[in-house]
Amino acid sequence: MTKLTNLTIAQARDKMAKGEFTALELTEAHITAMQAKRSLGAYITETAEQAREEAKASDLRRQAGQIGALEGIPLGIKDLFCTKGVQTTAASHILEGFKPPYESTVSGKLKAAGSVMLGKLNLDEFAMGSSNMTSYYGKVVNPWKSKSDPAKLLVPGGSSGGSAAAVAARIAMGATGTDTGGSIRQPAAFCGITGIKPTYGRCSRWGIVAFASSLDQAGPMARDVRDCAIMLGSMAGHDAKDSTSAPLPVPNFEAALTGDIRGLKVGIPKEYRPDGLSDEILRVWEQGIEWLKAAGATPVEISLPHTKYALPTYYIVAPAEASSNLARYDGLRFGQRVEGKTLDDMYKKSRAAGFGSEVRRRIMIGTYVLSAGYYDAYYSKAQKVRRLIAEDFTKAFQDVDVILTPTAPSAAFGMDENTDDPVTMWLNDVFTIPTSLAGLPGLSLPAGLNADGLPLGLQLIGRPFDEETVFKVAGVMESAANFTALPEGV
Amino acid sequence: MIIQGDTGDWEIVIGLEVHAQVISKSKLFSGAATDFGAEPNDQVSFVDAGFPGMLPVINEKCVEQAVRTGLGLKAKINLTSVFARKNYFYADLPQGYQISQYDMPIVGEGTLLIDLADGSSRAIGIERLHLEQDAGKSIHDMHPSKSYIDLNRSGVALMEIVSKPDMRSPEEAGAYLTKLRTILRYLETCDGNMQEGSMRCDANVSVRPVGSTELRTRCEIKNVNSIRFVQQAIEYEARRHIDVYENGGEIRQETRLFDSAKGETRSMRSKEHAHDYRYFPDPDLLPLVVAQDFVDGIQATLPELPDDKKARFMTDFGLNSYDAGVLVAERASADFFEQVAAGRDAKMAANWVMGDFFAAMNSGDYSWEKPPVSAVNLGKMIDLIKDGTISTRLAKDVFIFMVETGKDPAIIVEEKGLKQVTDTGAIEKAIDEIMAANPDKVAEVKAGKDKLMGWFVGQVMKATQGKANPGMLNELIVKKFQE
Amino acid sequence: MSLDKKAVRAIAELARIEIPDEDLDHLAGELSGILQFVEQLAEVDTTGIAPMSSVADLTLPLRKDEVTDGGQVAAVLANAPDADDGFFTVPKVVE
Repeated sequence: MTKLTNLTIAQARDKMAKGEFTALELTEAHITAMQAKRSLGAYITETAEQAREEAKASDLRRQAGQIGALEGIPLGIKDLFCTKGVQTTAASHILEGFKPPYESTVSGKLKAAGSVMLGKLNLDEFAMGSSNMTSYYGKVVNPWKSKSDPAKLLVPGGSSGGSAAAVAARIAMGATGTDTGGSIRQPAAFCGITGIKPTYGRCSRWGIVAFASSLDQAGPMARDVRDCAIMLGSMAGHDAKDSTSAPLPVPNFEAALTGDIRGLKVGIPKEYRPDGLSDEILRVWEQGIEWLKAAGATPVEISLPHTKYALPTYYIVAPAEASSNLARYDGLRFGQRVEGKTLDDMYKKSRAAGFGSEVRRRIMIGTYVLSAGYYDAYYSKAQKVRRLIAEDFTKAFQDVDVILTPTAPSAAFGMDENTDDPVTMWLNDVFTIPTSLAGLPGLSLPAGLNADGLPLGLQLIGRPFDEETVFKVAGVMESAANFTALPEGV
Repeated sequence: MIIQGDTGDWEIVIGLEVHAQVISKSKLFSGAATDFGAEPNDQVSFVDAGFPGMLPVINEKCVEQAVRTGLGLKAKINLTSVFARKNYFYADLPQGYQISQYDMPIVGEGTLLIDLADGSSRAIGIERLHLEQDAGKSIHDMHPSKSYIDLNRSGVALMEIVSKPDMRSPEEAGAYLTKLRTILRYLETCDGNMQEGSMRCDANVSVRPVGSTELRTRCEIKNVNSIRFVQQAIEYEARRHIDVYENGGEIRQETRLFDSAKGETRSMRSKEHAHDYRYFPDPDLLPLVVAQDFVDGIQATLPELPDDKKARFMTDFGLNSYDAGVLVAERASADFFEQVAAGRDAKMAANWVMGDFFAAMNSGDYSWEKPPVSAVNLGKMIDLIKDGTISTRLAKDVFIFMVETGKDPAIIVEEKGLKQVTDTGAIEKAIDEIMAANPDKVAEVKAGKDKLMGWFVGQVMKATQGKANPGMLNELIVKKFQE
Repeated sequence: MSLDKKAVRAIAELARIEIPDEDLDHLAGELSGILQFVEQLAEVDTTGIAPMSSVADLTLPLRKDEVTDGGQVAAVLANAPDADDGFFTVPKVVE
């Protein structure tokens, strides 16, 4: 029999329905695995006891015939989602010890669907980063190893690095992520799993620690496309508590996996081939196009002319919103306080001690671009360019049904690389940020390995609220890719 | 108002920013209650306390109230408006920003007519009205080294109503606040209670030589909690500016506090930092769009406003400007008056309402919900005067009994026997008795001492317990002495 | 835009983050580098383009005026570093 931890959510769901094992057994297997792989640093807080209780309750519900879409499925929750009574840190020292008296809408919906929470997953501090190296609670290690240098520690990507590492290492069947500029898709690509950032407004932001409100969006990270579809079905939906939540019904995403993409037009943006893009990335992209052609879809070259401005636009908009969203961490009502002689002294000391360097840097950039005399040149300008970037996509989607691009410009890199210059680090998100600025759904799935045996991801981008087409095309590509490689120790 | 300085005459330029707490059950962006006087931090949602992941959702009633107020100020309603974050750090500002409106407020330019003591009126421009969140409250006297923070008020909806710098004297500023409060109360959009802080005023004051049109540096006096104090603060501040200018100094733009005990303003230490509020559209909220139908629907339910009501009272009831002004100062007093005056002598009704009735109202624990005398009974009493059942003099007694017992005036007249005597024979008999008892005084009158006639009237009144019809009594006495 | 130490100190003051003097130079360099990077937006012609503050193609939903929250002093104060007598506390503020 396959190890319980190696099953997909869909497989476990079907086997539990047949009575092959219980939710408690499935959860125990994951708790054991989680505890055995603590060296990955994937979890900030483990909630094993609570998970057992939830699993027992799930088994009782099943006996009573109440079976949710994720009944008995053990999941990890990114530590950016507030979980009632369970420490929620956003990977920041400033929130250490904070126990929210409320449950985020998305994690609450997952609970309501019958899932079991294994613990809170590590991330870049306040979701700011692409390497998961900025967490106060330690770096997350990518479970994949480079063939040429197996001793080298690789990053899992970020900001949902704990989520990606946990799913890849089989210490959670699925996980929640959040994506502001690529924080689901880039770590999914680095860890050889699948993740989707749905359309902005598809999942409620209520109860998720905010980074950049106009960009933040929750989404699932799992082993395959079907599992993502199942999870998103439970996570999505209108929430009256979030004014930006879309008042739309939730489609049956799993039902969209028909395998039939004949006649679909797939946009291939010519601007996604920047100078210096590695051959291995180009190759996997070409391969993806071939798979789609073979399945009866038509590739169409498209132009997204403002692509090169997405990164600078993002690095004005996101820090600006963050500088304001993070003002509430002042040592007064929750989290860490450093005493001071005056109120301002307390603020400055608490925030200096509570925030790490990347967060401080972004708060300062955001403060600057909003300040008197600079607002028009930076913030307002960026918001205008953002519209042009969004309009590029609108125009492209008049001709195509979905867009295919690489997810990231490289495979996972070493922990000792790329970290000195913030701008170089940000280049990791060059392919994911435009989608975020336009609020579109974007899915990353593993498409192959590079020469070093590390996974590479491809990204599918859809029209607003058309996650179904994205899933459908992703399902076809997944079958064609037949990505069966596993990280070390699985 | 012109202030004479050592170097010449000065004019004051005043603009007022009024923060009016919107009447609503729950807060602007959360479902917590807005009642005054709750236990500390009891009316606080996690949204109001700025907890991680909490998001604002706007209260439709607050939007309606802002539009209603805008219409009451004859202002332009902006069908699309935008909420922006005003970023600054303060202990009672939990989010680290206040959600307000910046370059796209819900209400644009309007006007307000102020009524001055000399009976004249003047139009003051309204610059804008916008919706914003209130902050919490810092209490500084509970601990030697700490300030205590209560967030009950955090997130309560405020309308910031900004005037143009159109006022030229403390009197005009007072008249503006009085009139604005009257209109807000008519509209039932703010209770106007300055003591409880549901209406607060910041005054922007500058001065300039008479004849100049320049706008000199202004100082903002924060949170003054009565109209009288606003006037005192403006006057003090204007004289301070003049002193500084006349001594060759410069006024620094700053925020000042009014110390009502000392009657002076002082610089506010906590506001010394240079401010840079970094306004930007709140990404948690989308543009607020109201339909023209929604606005029209509110327009259709607007009450008659004080200026219109005053004009109508003058035309329909023949009241003078002063009386009409006093009566319309509160919607309840105007309604009360109209009920009393309906189908009656309006001038007499006005005199009774503004005289004995207002005096009774102020003398005890009364309110418009629980008036000392009901409008129905006061009306009936006036009817009794008009039909001659009681004299105006007797009516004053009847009124007192009405206050004491709440009874119908006709019943009081009956029970107390206060019906006026109009029987000529009875009055003549009383006169005859008094004359017979005072032959010396009769002789004096007859000798030409007319003044004593009044003494006889008084004596007869006394003998009839005040019930003799005064007109008839006077007539009969004159007749008797002529006999 | 190149930021000097003084500008960085002013930004840190606005953001209420204490920065040791010895870190100012390094930070000024970093922030200046970021600003130079984002300033490439200047080459984009945005004449007549309205700023986009949200991708959500919606207007603001309105909530009914009902009291649905509050009455939870203990929960509100439970995470506070220094609460007393039903209040949050801070170092004394002089107005």
